[in-house]
Amino acid sequence: MAQRAVSINGVLRGLVPWAGAIVSALLVLLCLGTVLAVFLRAESAAQFSRSDWVAVRFTVTQAFLSALLSVVLAIPVARALARREFRGRHTMIALLGAPFILPVIVAILGLLAVFGRTGVFSIVLGWFGLPPVQIYGLHGVVLAHVFFNLPLAVRFLLQGWAAIPAEHFRLVASLGGGPRDVGRLLERPMLWRVLPGTFALIFLICTTSFAVALALGGGPKATTVELAIYQAFRFDFDLSKAALLAVVQLVLSGSAAIAAWKFSRQHDAGQGLDRVVQRYDRAHGRLADAAWLGFVVLLLGLPLVMVVMQGAAGFLSMPASVWAAAGRSLLVALASTCLAVTFGLALSLWLARLRGAPRALGEMVAYLTVAVSPLVMGAGLFILIFPFASPRDWALPITALVNAAMALPFVTRALMPAVEACEAEYGPLAESLRLRSWARLRYLTLPRLRRPIGFVAGLAAALSMGDLGVVALFADPEQATLPLKLYDLMGAYRMEAAAGAGLLLMGLSFGLFYLFDRGGRMNASV
Amino acid sequence: MKFPMIAAGLAMASMASAETPELIVYTYDSFVSEWGPGPAVEKAFEAQCECDLKLVGVGDGAAMLARVRLEGARTEADVVLGLDTNLTAAATETGLFANHGMDDVAFDLPVEWSDPMFLPYDWGYFAFVHDTTKTPDVPQNFKALADSDLQIVIQDPRSSTPGLGLLMWVKAAYGDEAPVIWEGLADNIVTVTKGWSEAYGMFLEGEADMVLSYTTSPAYHLIAEEDATKAAVAFDEGNYLQVEVAAKVAHTEESDLADEFLTFMVSDTFQSIIPTTNWMYPAVTPETGLPSGFETLANPSSALLFPAGDAMAVRDAALDEWLNALSQ
Repeated sequence: MAQRAVSINGVLRGLVPWAGAIVSALLVLLCLGTVLAVFLRAESAAQFSRSDWVAVRFTVTQAFLSALLSVVLAIPVARALARREFRGRHTMIALLGAPFILPVIVAILGLLAVFGRTGVFSIVLGWFGLPPVQIYGLHGVVLAHVFFNLPLAVRFLLQGWAAIPAEHFRLVASLGGGPRDVGRLLERPMLWRVLPGTFALIFLICTTSFAVALALGGGPKATTVELAIYQAFRFDFDLSKAALLAVVQLVLSGSAAIAAWKFSRQHDAGQGLDRVVQRYDRAHGRLADAAWLGFVVLLLGLPLVMVVMQGAAGFLSMPASVWAAAGRSLLVALASTCLAVTFGLALSLWLARLRGAPRALGEMVAYLTVAVSPLVMGAGLFILIFPFASPRDWALPITALVNAAMALPFVTRALMPAVEACEAEYGPLAESLRLRSWARLRYLTLPRLRRPIGFVAGLAAALSMGDLGVVALFADPEQATLPLKLYDLMGAYRMEAAAGAGLLLMGLSFGLFYLFDRGGRMNASV
Repeated sequence: MKFPMIAAGLAMASMASAETPELIVYTYDSFVSEWGPGPAVEKAFEAQCECDLKLVGVGDGAAMLARVRLEGARTEADVVLGLDTNLTAAATETGLFANHGMDDVAFDLPVEWSDPMFLPYDWGYFAFVHDTTKTPDVPQNFKALADSDLQIVIQDPRSSTPGLGLLMWVKAAYGDEAPVIWEGLADNIVTVTKGWSEAYGMFLEGEADMVLSYTTSPAYHLIAEEDATKAAVAFDEGNYLQVEVAAKVAHTEESDLADEFLTFMVSDTFQSIIPTTNWMYPAVTPETGLPSGFETLANPSSALLFPAGDAMAVRDAALDEWLNALSQ
């Protein structure tokens, strides 16, 4: 008996360092194995039709326009935020992070309320005798993507501005340079370094867009590859077409991911003493800066205000099924969070030990899901499960697993630096105490990583809560998650109930993030 | 003493559940909605069958077939209700459906019916519906519609039977010229929705001037809402006919119950529910006749319809043309 206990303990002990390797194998299987499964199940080789090319072209066009607009608009906004001091500036920067965890379908609800044919914007246009605007199609898709990615771009650029040492501004000022010189000598070189990576990242995010195109696309001419995969699977049950499109999607976002990775290497702007940046060009462009900040507040704030206002009115007219869907979503989100954090931690601990080529390869696997279509993953899992069980029964566990995989790049990215710092600082001490495996995890790693774990758990929970992707493949009214339920209510034009569900979903997503993030900070003893 | 009682209780419970068998019917979303035929049909059938009728809404008609193909022999459905003649050949080919064995039903359909597998429950003409107060002047044919600047919403032919019907309609009326018509219509189409419910909802919300629906749709507004402002247009080319059908799933474990349901479906009870809930013409006119208000509906000059056997080949070619024309 004792012998056996020891050996199990030994196996477990051996498992900790290898957990990361197991997780990455699972990831490779999830990302590539599922594509293979779809391929093998396909009965005949699909022809690449003209409408498929149009989907590819549309995907690239909308991603390019979305990235370009987001980045171009982000420049004046980030500059205004960088050089102005005003009350609420910190709150505003913090709120710019909110769209990242805002459920896509809620944002669409808000955008429809503002930019739809019967929305606020059209009503205002009507006062001037202008015809209402139409949100469906390319411009609607781009608008929604700018809504999500402009804040992201602003935050990236702000980091760029923050990386310019305070001394540089002082130097330019002391040499008699005005705002024009600050732009020429400091800001433009910084922008040239930061912009390509930001552009490529947003381009990548937009190439995998599904929910936005599903809700705001305008038929065959506004279909993304992801949406085409969904249609091939759900409408035509054409697996060979789905497999073909899956490979196209992989190549498309794979190359975007490589570009993003290549361009986003950090450059050193030179070191300063890290003092508070004193700007000497504040007299200039005050009005323009205010206008840009006002624009961003309006663009991001108005749709959300509409969601809250209409949602509060519709909160009581929601059918009971909305609450049931919210419960299911909550369960899926919590399961997905557990998986994402466990996977992320295992990967980070494993990667932190590797050096050189194996490490680069490992990191690539950790970020693989950025480039892979969750719909293909879902379709593949559907086909794999089918011979053994009814995929319907597995809809929610699969959704939780895929959501965890999709959150993993962000989780790993946020955990890695903390894990490395912890190992560098306490690793030797832990080694000298022979504190290893479970004990080390329990007494050193987890307590030290409390804050980043709280943060990534919040992130993973919110992302899963708002996800409308793989669950749409298995969709079944009785198993709908809250985002899917909301989409159905919008489809049935029960707008009051949809607005209420939208508010509930937004509250749950932000609430989960807040609770986890807060939990990580509370009573943090270290 | 306790244990045997629990065991007996469990046995009773399982017997009770065995006594009320469950019949699962896949259908389209609007059929099961609270204002659709679903609730009344469920109540009426459960009163006679001593079973639990579960109507499951799985998207729109065409997506439903994809769903059944996806689930294959493992499908939970015992009956599939809501396909139409454009899909029956493809559905037959799956081998997932069984013959209904009813050849003595006196249908009141505008066409002869002899399909051994699919049983009609209602029919109607596809038509564009508009609001006579907002858009009083409407085009009377596809060419005029394409030339106008009216905004229309249509459904995706891959997921929705009305969307597919429109595809076949244009093809039946224009043949090889169909792509030209679609290219002309492209700038009129606000968006293509997944199903009928979405499109009709958009129209009612004012997001479009016209919507692809049925000549019978205005009857809903007239009878249920006492609103006479909605009208359907009978096109010069004629309107395409839709015959909505249901069939028994071959692998069902509730074969007798499924047969009973199909018999019930063409009975007076079911058929008299259809006109004022599904807003279509009943496949067998009930004894009481059609509700008043139906006589005001537009009457197409001619009924267009591809035979079910041809529809499959026509569909694939027409779908390619449609995708190409609309993706430019």
